[in-house]
Amino acid sequence: MLLTNIEIVPGKRITKHLGLVQGSSVRAKHVGRDLMAGLKNIFGGELKGYTELLQESREEAIDRMTEQATAIGANAVLNVRFSTSSITAGAAELFAYGTAVVLEDMS
Amino acid sequence: MIDLIIFLSLLALGYGFGRYAEQKHYRSIIKREKLLSSLPVIAAKTPPNVSQKADSILVSGNVVISVDYFKRFISVLRNLVGGRVTSYETLLDRARREAILRMKAQAKGMGAKLIFNTRFETARVFQGSRNQVGSVEVLAYGTAIIPQAKT
Repeated sequence: MLLTNIEIVPGKRITKHLGLVQGSSVRAKHVGRDLMAGLKNIFGGELKGYTELLQESREEAIDRMTEQATAIGANAVLNVRFSTSSITAGAAELFAYGTAVVLEDMS
Repeated sequence: MIDLIIFLSLLALGYGFGRYAEQKHYRSIIKREKLLSSLPVIAAKTPPNVSQKADSILVSGNVVISVDYFKRFISVLRNLVGGRVTSYETLLDRARREAILRMKAQAKGMGAKLIFNTRFETARVFQGSRNQVGSVEVLAYGTAIIPQAKT
């Protein structure tokens, strides 16, 4: 499965458009991390726990999108975009979406 | 009185540690930017002509970074008079540059020659008290071009 955020892949031709695929993941942070974040809010600096948490959930969102694309028979997702929204005070939604296509090598 | 002491010590702690952390971070950013300067990152949608066959793959880098107590206090004061909020400018500048560096490091590890169609995503992930900006997440993502080994 090829994932990319461009519309035209060099050296490949799109033979079929299969439409939009998407995946999302809502994660909440646990109390321990929240406590550390509270401290960091006084001292400043990177919140490593959050960086990892968001990275993990973004990967999960990508995985779900890939699953959906595989299910409809695509071999690539083009024009991938990400979006993050904090829906409540303690949780964030990570959302990934793109266009599922069938690609083949240009001869 | 106790409240005032707590407030002042938080300010002092924030000022001291925040300043130290920021300077350290900037030093590390500048150092790594020099190391990775051979890998160009461009925002154009289409890659410059690539003569040999190449793989393209999605790369990304993210960072969550927080502003310190002192700077948050300064920004509240700034809200009264308006104007540039320098304390948040440096926060976002650091976050973006760090995110680019992480994306570059990932691409470099895969042997990439170029990253194009770079996009940014910024989100507020942790709200401080009274709805102030606590910390921001910056995600940088783009497509890396990896030349294929000639067969």
